[in-house]
Amino acid sequence: MRYPFPVGKADFIQGDEAIARAAILAGCRFYAGYPITPASEIFEAMALYMPLVDGVSIQMEDEIASIAAIIGASWAGAKAMTATSGPGFSLMQENLGYAVMTETPIVVVNMMRGGPSTGQPTFPAQGDIMQAIWGTHGDHMLIVLSPSTVQEAFDFTIRAFNLAEKYRTPVVLLGDAELAHMRERVYIPNPDEIEVVYRKLPKNEEEAKLPFGDPHGDGVPPMPIFGKGYRTYVTGLTHDEYGHPRTVEPEVQQKLIGRIYRKILDNKDDIISYEKFELDDAEVAIVSTGIVSRSAIRAVKILREKGIKAGLLKLNTIWPFDFDMIEELAEGVKKIFVPEMNMGQLYHLVKEGANGKAEVELISKIGGEVHTPMEIVERVVG
Amino acid sequence: MYLKSAYEIRDKYLRKDMLPTIFCPGCGIGSVLQFTLRAIDDLGLNQDEIVWVSGIGCSSRVPGFVNFDGLHTTHGRALAFATGIKLTNPDLKIIAFMGDGDAAAIGGNHLIHAIRRNLDVTVILINNFTYGMTGGQVAPTALKGLKGTTAPYGQFENPFDIAQLAVSAGANYVARWTVFNYLQGMNSIKKALQKEGFTLVEFLSPCPISFGRRNRMKTAPELIRWYQKITVPLAKAKKMPQEELEGKIVIGEFADRDRPGLVREYQEYIKRAKKMMGWEE
Repeated sequence: MRYPFPVGKADFIQGDEAIARAAILAGCRFYAGYPITPASEIFEAMALYMPLVDGVSIQMEDEIASIAAIIGASWAGAKAMTATSGPGFSLMQENLGYAVMTETPIVVVNMMRGGPSTGQPTFPAQGDIMQAIWGTHGDHMLIVLSPSTVQEAFDFTIRAFNLAEKYRTPVVLLGDAELAHMRERVYIPNPDEIEVVYRKLPKNEEEAKLPFGDPHGDGVPPMPIFGKGYRTYVTGLTHDEYGHPRTVEPEVQQKLIGRIYRKILDNKDDIISYEKFELDDAEVAIVSTGIVSRSAIRAVKILREKGIKAGLLKLNTIWPFDFDMIEELAEGVKKIFVPEMNMGQLYHLVKEGANGKAEVELISKIGGEVHTPMEIVERVVG
Repeated sequence: MYLKSAYEIRDKYLRKDMLPTIFCPGCGIGSVLQFTLRAIDDLGLNQDEIVWVSGIGCSSRVPGFVNFDGLHTTHGRALAFATGIKLTNPDLKIIAFMGDGDAAAIGGNHLIHAIRRNLDVTVILINNFTYGMTGGQVAPTALKGLKGTTAPYGQFENPFDIAQLAVSAGANYVARWTVFNYLQGMNSIKKALQKEGFTLVEFLSPCPISFGRRNRMKTAPELIRWYQKITVPLAKAKKMPQEELEGKIVIGEFADRDRPGLVREYQEYIKRAKKMMGWEE
């Protein structure tokens, strides 16, 4: 197959562009969006590439329609993505919940900007962490990934599609304006160099009759896509394993939501990804995610030069969250610092994880600038 | 015209394990559903190549009762979901079963944009002037003076004329009937299903429980008689002075044209893109 961009070599591109190219290499063939800074360049790249790979790129009337269209596309068999920023992500929340409830594999990119409301369109922020995890109503479980470099934006996009397909779930890729617009060297692999996962399809009529069952015992039902003669009914109402609405029986809701939680939580080891820097002998730990991790790495180096045993835990997956791992970390250090570009969101998760085993301190920064390494260093030194 | 027995249609197309339906006595949705299934049957369309989409509301529960692929989505968004399905798999024919509140209020923007794009979909629209599922609040189609739980003293806003809106936005086929005009209704659905692009058939449909009993029409026959009183066939309406049409609803076929549908336009767009990039001659 011919690709509309060079593969098998490095390129110098924006984060947004990297996400678009990765999506196409991951097999995405349907993109629906609504322009918004700083995610518009993802759309623009998709608009350029999609027709050339016989995919669809369509500008919808709003973000609600965009996520609706990609869910429809997914049920028709396509790998599908939309991208937005804070205000648009807020609009998508209802249908994000629909995707959770109907177990539809989709990828939703949110390149965060300062908020609330229209906020700071061109400046980075990490204010949507809680919205990504808990934004939609009701009890739900999804996956949230957080890249910190343009290369990671590329790699995590492929991973987002793979996780979405593997676990039949929406995956949120949470970047920020800095990453969206920054240019870096990115290696764009040949298609045969990357692992691409496709959703489980029903093997027979019997499996197809249980579009929300658990025929394989792994919590992930095969997805009978439309037009194959299975006559599947998909509803956002509480439904049994056949897809029939059953809204007044507590046990049906418990079983369904229980499985939606379980299929993610039972596979935490596969889903959760993190990197540790200098943590083996650390007395002070920094926990961060996304763009701030880059300053944090530098801060750790400076602190080490100053003779302070600091280390960094960089979270690539924000949700599901490994509370146990944080507790283990807290047991080995005196203090944990959480630098983040908001008034404290990751901080609350880390604090809960630490479970009182170590003091946890927030290094909050808002306004649209990433923490400088020295800002982190100064707070750690005290 | 020979009509198959209703039992035959029921057995062929309904999911027996989902019955009974949620519809109240006297509701018109079942009739319109029957017209639609009869149209599909008469045309001999492949059941496995039709997807039913819907939003939220009484009429939006229809995809659950028919034995087809079905997507019962969020309130008002059915046509946005349909856009994704149709563009991903153009071989699928899409029927959107919607209510007036679903399509014209919360989904109004999706409706006009789906029409503007000429999305290949057949909308079957149940208009009962009310939000039936939530207990009889006024809908944006409610005529002035009609009562609802949220307008207990009579609606003071102007109503939407959905069919006229669809004509203006560019739909390929638009018709409106009452459930009483069953032959015209069925024929319109048949025409709509055979057309490329956006097609819409609106039905004035009785809702005695949520709507009728708040407006002194407690039974379906009373509502049907009222529809007969307030509706005017298009040919007759053309000759009537504007004052006389005040408070009346025109029924008939309002548009029948063949603009290219979204699928065809996008396929052309792909060709153009490849040509512009020098990928294809």
